[in-house]
Amino acid sequence: MTVRQPLEVLVLAGGLSHERDVSLRSGRRVADALEDAGASATVHDVDGDLLAAIDARRPDVVWPLLHGSTGEDGSIRDLLELLGVPAVGTGAAGSRISWSKPVSKTILARAGVATPASVTLPESIFREVGARAVLDRVVDRLGLPLVVKPAKGGSALGVSLVTTAEGLPKAMVSCFSYGDVALIERAVTGVELGVSVVDLGDGPRALPPVEILVEDGLYDYDARYNAGRTEFFVPARLGTSVLDAARQVAVTAHQVLGLRGLSRTDLIVDADGTPWFLEVNSAPGMTETSLFPLAAEADGLALPELYRGIAEHAARTS
Amino acid sequence: MSTQPQAGTRLDPWYGSYSQRTHGMRASEIRALFAVANRPEVVSLAGGMPNIADLPMASIADAVADLLRRDGARALQYGSGQGDPVLRGQIADVMSLEHINAHPDDVVVTTGSQQALDLVARIFLDPGDVVVAEAPSYVGALGVFRAYEAEVVHTPMDAHGLVPEALDEVLTQLAASGRRAKLLYTVPNFHNPGGVTLSLERRPRVIEVARRHGVLILEDNPYGLLGFDGEPLPALASMAPDDVVYLGSFSKTFAPGYRVGWALAPHAVREKLVLASESAILCPSNAGQLAISTYLSQFDWRGQVKEYRRMYAERRDAMVGALQEYLPTCSWTTPEGGFYVWLKLPEGLDAREMLPRAVTSLVAYVPGTAFYADGSGAGHLRLSYCYPTPERIVEGVRRLAGVVNAEADLVAMFGTAPSRTDGVETPGPATP
Repeated sequence: MTVRQPLEVLVLAGGLSHERDVSLRSGRRVADALEDAGASATVHDVDGDLLAAIDARRPDVVWPLLHGSTGEDGSIRDLLELLGVPAVGTGAAGSRISWSKPVSKTILARAGVATPASVTLPESIFREVGARAVLDRVVDRLGLPLVVKPAKGGSALGVSLVTTAEGLPKAMVSCFSYGDVALIERAVTGVELGVSVVDLGDGPRALPPVEILVEDGLYDYDARYNAGRTEFFVPARLGTSVLDAARQVAVTAHQVLGLRGLSRTDLIVDADGTPWFLEVNSAPGMTETSLFPLAAEADGLALPELYRGIAEHAARTS
Repeated sequence: MSTQPQAGTRLDPWYGSYSQRTHGMRASEIRALFAVANRPEVVSLAGGMPNIADLPMASIADAVADLLRRDGARALQYGSGQGDPVLRGQIADVMSLEHINAHPDDVVVTTGSQQALDLVARIFLDPGDVVVAEAPSYVGALGVFRAYEAEVVHTPMDAHGLVPEALDEVLTQLAASGRRAKLLYTVPNFHNPGGVTLSLERRPRVIEVARRHGVLILEDNPYGLLGFDGEPLPALASMAPDDVVYLGSFSKTFAPGYRVGWALAPHAVREKLVLASESAILCPSNAGQLAISTYLSQFDWRGQVKEYRRMYAERRDAMVGALQEYLPTCSWTTPEGGFYVWLKLPEGLDAREMLPRAVTSLVAYVPGTAFYADGSGAGHLRLSYCYPTPERIVEGVRRLAGVVNAEADLVAMFGTAPSRTDGVETPGPATP
């Protein structure tokens, strides 16, 4: 398809998800960078005016920077496909698969990637079978510590690290406030990594893995978005073979889950150097403290040109 | 072989330079959730924005335009650090409605009463000093006291406001442990967030207790003229002008946009407030002050306040009626003015933990923990009825009921209910 000059990009940000604030920040950053690269970028919320705005602007490409719920679960992608509008990133099917942590873990495990042992339990099963009995079995089977997280969601919202069996019920209540299904995962101790992948048409390529070191514990909401508490090392302070293995996991995730354009895979590398797949983000955060831009810059890429390249590639190939 | 960078990045080169108190500031997921509350689909019972939609905007615009044409060189210039003398006189007239006999010289105009709060903290509080505040207390005040590294000790309220005997006990215990509170911070009328009002009978007793313990009273009174029935109660400052710093605001009786508030203080305190304010901001906005002054002199501001009372009373009724209909498992305060209802959740529910579920259900509130310095208050939440229409308030409460019921089921299922006793003793739902 022919792309106009300047490239007209409609950045979708906001939405009604719990991650609205992060999405708005991501959207503004990407739009600014696109403008710096000579594109014309407009940020638009997902609201009642959206379809009219798309009709009026007829953008060359839409860049959904929506985090959480309809932004990442494939809904928006389905809508854009319905409208026949080219869009950056993963399509509806890939979004639906990658948005679900249990589903993506299963697919990655089948591809031979290590992922922590886990169970996926909806709120209804506790109601039907009895909470205490189920939680006892969870601890018996997976041991402690555990990580409890919503099966779908991001930004560590609703995530708890559980070190005692007594702490598990409270973690479940926190988790179910964000969603109906919980993923209870054996906690792996090690180096936390975010590995971003970019594909400009010549195949997915992993950017330098970013090591995340939080000075006082969990990489929680504050540690993610309030710069300072978290120290990032790019590339991560790991041996080359381990870094290569981590990159390979991210590329594998990108491929087997059917992701397009860009993604970020979150991993933990244990003491033996094994990278454990935790989850993948088909619409990774692009804020001032996000891992994708950090990795890209460490790779020598200028963000304006990179984002413009991603948008142009999507405009031509969607 | 490994690639070993010398050091990582914190994405903040100044991380090692911040003050100790800044390191304690954390980005909360609660703030992030409030980003969703701004969407029109969400019924926000969270914020305390006054509803100013019915102000005579066109007439106000004409008056302000005329002001700038007539007196623009003054309005757009620096002004007095203490504030415009004419406005200070008008402020004294406003305060007379609460029986305060103030001299304009003792009024310090500030950038909203929030700045007055900051100035009082600045001139009185050293790190580690104690401020006694109601349980719960205004979140914006707690933030100011935290910024000055003061310790807030809460003192209980009941349906009639601050409990003088309990205050006496708190102050006595502090003294016994070798600590003296420097300030008693109180919102006596239509409390934020408690929704209760300090009874007339208790007012002299609170003053007596504070005076006996040598504690200055900081009377924060943004809602005093917004009572739904009867006349405003006499301010504490009217009863003990030498023992009280009084904070007032036009944010609720007119509009918050000009950011004009004030402090009324004994002369020695006033002088220090002026010096502190000059060092902070040089002077309050002249344009804002003159606009407010124009509004007070050219418009029927008393009539507008009366209209606000009628509107907010209607919204209070909508909220209380909806609570009675949809949330019989909760208890709440029934305010006689102001903006807020303080709601007690069924045993074991945590308002902070429940907020994501509420946002998913398109309703927002402020968890009670925001109003305590010590992390308590999880069993309560604050509901604002000032901004949404009565119909939206009813819909918001209906949604909230679904959230509360679902969360109660969950908590019962996981058996995570601790017992709690904090907060205002909320009376049970009033019978219709």
